[in-house]
Amino acid sequence: MFEVRIHGRGGQGVVTAAELLSLAAFDEGRYAQAFPSFGSERMGAPVVAFCRIDDREIRTREPIIEPDALIIQDATLLHQVDVFGGCRPDGFILINTTKSFDALGLGDFVGAFRAERLLTVPASELAREHTGRAVANAALLGGFAALSRAIALDAVSRAIRERFGGAVAEGNVAAAKAAHTWVMDELRELSGATPA
Amino acid sequence: MAEAVALCRPEVICAYPISPQTHIVENLSRLVKSGELAPCEFVNVESEFAAMSASIGASATGARAYTATASQGLLYMTEALYNASGLGLPIVMTVANRAIGAPINIWNDHSDSMSQRDSGWIQLYAETNQEALDLHIQAFRLAEELSTPVMVCMDGFILTHAVERVEMPTQEQVDAFLPPFQPRQLLDPDEPITIGAMVGPEAFMEVKYLAHAKQMQALELIPEIAADFKDAFGRDSGGLIRSYRVEDAETIVLALGSVLGTIKDTIDELREGGMKVGAVGITSFRPFPLGAVRAALGHAQRVLVLEKALAVGIGGIVSANVRMALAGIQLHGYTVIAGLGGRPITKASLHRLFTDAAADRLEPLTFLDMDWDVVNRELQRMRSSRASGPHAENILRDVGPVAAGPV
Repeated sequence: MFEVRIHGRGGQGVVTAAELLSLAAFDEGRYAQAFPSFGSERMGAPVVAFCRIDDREIRTREPIIEPDALIIQDATLLHQVDVFGGCRPDGFILINTTKSFDALGLGDFVGAFRAERLLTVPASELAREHTGRAVANAALLGGFAALSRAIALDAVSRAIRERFGGAVAEGNVAAAKAAHTWVMDELRELSGATPA
Repeated sequence: MAEAVALCRPEVICAYPISPQTHIVENLSRLVKSGELAPCEFVNVESEFAAMSASIGASATGARAYTATASQGLLYMTEALYNASGLGLPIVMTVANRAIGAPINIWNDHSDSMSQRDSGWIQLYAETNQEALDLHIQAFRLAEELSTPVMVCMDGFILTHAVERVEMPTQEQVDAFLPPFQPRQLLDPDEPITIGAMVGPEAFMEVKYLAHAKQMQALELIPEIAADFKDAFGRDSGGLIRSYRVEDAETIVLALGSVLGTIKDTIDELREGGMKVGAVGITSFRPFPLGAVRAALGHAQRVLVLEKALAVGIGGIVSANVRMALAGIQLHGYTVIAGLGGRPITKASLHRLFTDAAADRLEPLTFLDMDWDVVNRELQRMRSSRASGPHAENILRDVGPVAAGPV
């Protein structure tokens, strides 16, 4: 079982991101369960959405308490909500921001984590470039596919096309691909800097 | 869910929106508007009372009628619910289970449908979205064969707002399983009859008893329909109860609805550690399958009933029914109230709970993950001042800002 928790704010497509991730997993023939943290149906309010992926039927219905991966769509939540609750040092963390972990004031905190599993990605900028809107959810999923390898970029693209149509779908697919490439480049640079 | 209901070809849908069922009837209204669901009339009404009243009218004129509601909406329907069952009208309704205020709360528990357990409606509880889908198809057949209304209860948000894989049957499959509605009674302007006459002491008990007799027939019919469903669709869905790893179980946990999934995962973990624990899920709460529950639990040393509703002043609602099923059998019985108002029921908490139960360290009535500090602080406030103020607001101040935690 692979468990993903997505943090963002109402209106940023956080719940949609979890649903797209589950559709991508279905596309790969796997089981998935996506659900929101309920109640915060207001623009700007902190929102959490969850997605479980497994190769067998998923029975549990509890919220994801110890995620394998964390996607943070809005970096302004970092010092407002306990987004890192339950995170393990071998977990994946992807944050939508143009800043580094150090610049976000997280340098000390992430020191215990595996460096190749932590990344910031300018997903809002990539989304704006490709869709005209700074809704970063699809781009983040592309970046997440590259970082975690828990899902394939093609499956993410097909999920986006299944959920949306026309130019919206193509723009978001392009944003996801751009973020995927961006993360792959970062990871390559990182592995070059610290040879295995 | 809307697609599954549409496959059952309802002819009249009367509904009033209330979370967490709104998207079901919204999607049905789209299917009606687009003509994908035809013939069907979608009636916008001004309240849940009107939704059930219009459903009663539609059903009495021979239309297959469907509606959905939750929480205060179900309470607002109460008077009409009794009319639907008393008149023997086979309406099917989704209840997207949600807490009842005050304090106002939109999250999941079973307080709403449990409050209507004696309304004369059959109540089926779904464990998964697949089962909710399947139960709706079975519910129309059950309702129409007995001429009695059926509620399909599914956990609000936990199921209604989850995205997961379900197998969607084809229209041909559903048509073959669910024949067109043949009403036992029909309001027809060309052949006028009365439905709903006043009945005095000379016949009231007999008419009322018939509703009970039909639910007793449902005890036979529900497993038959589930077996037919399995033949037609290849899935085990419905039935009266469902047992999980109970054969040698010393401790059996009994529950309803989606929490059974989390319970099963917890049981698997505890079994690896050698604990003999199993679960029984009740699908049919009304009629209550006394015999099946007795057969499933009778050999255990202890039974823990996990309930998502609280009968204030006594404790458990399901527990009282289970006790009746176990009349004369000596075993430890525990009632655990859990998940009220959407409080997550976690595997970690269940792990502790079942371990305590297996060691007989539980109180007869336990509240899972209750914050006793908060409760005791408010009780202390009440003792120290006559004007201690409103409970909810006092407690919210003690608890602090919401949404500060990760979940």
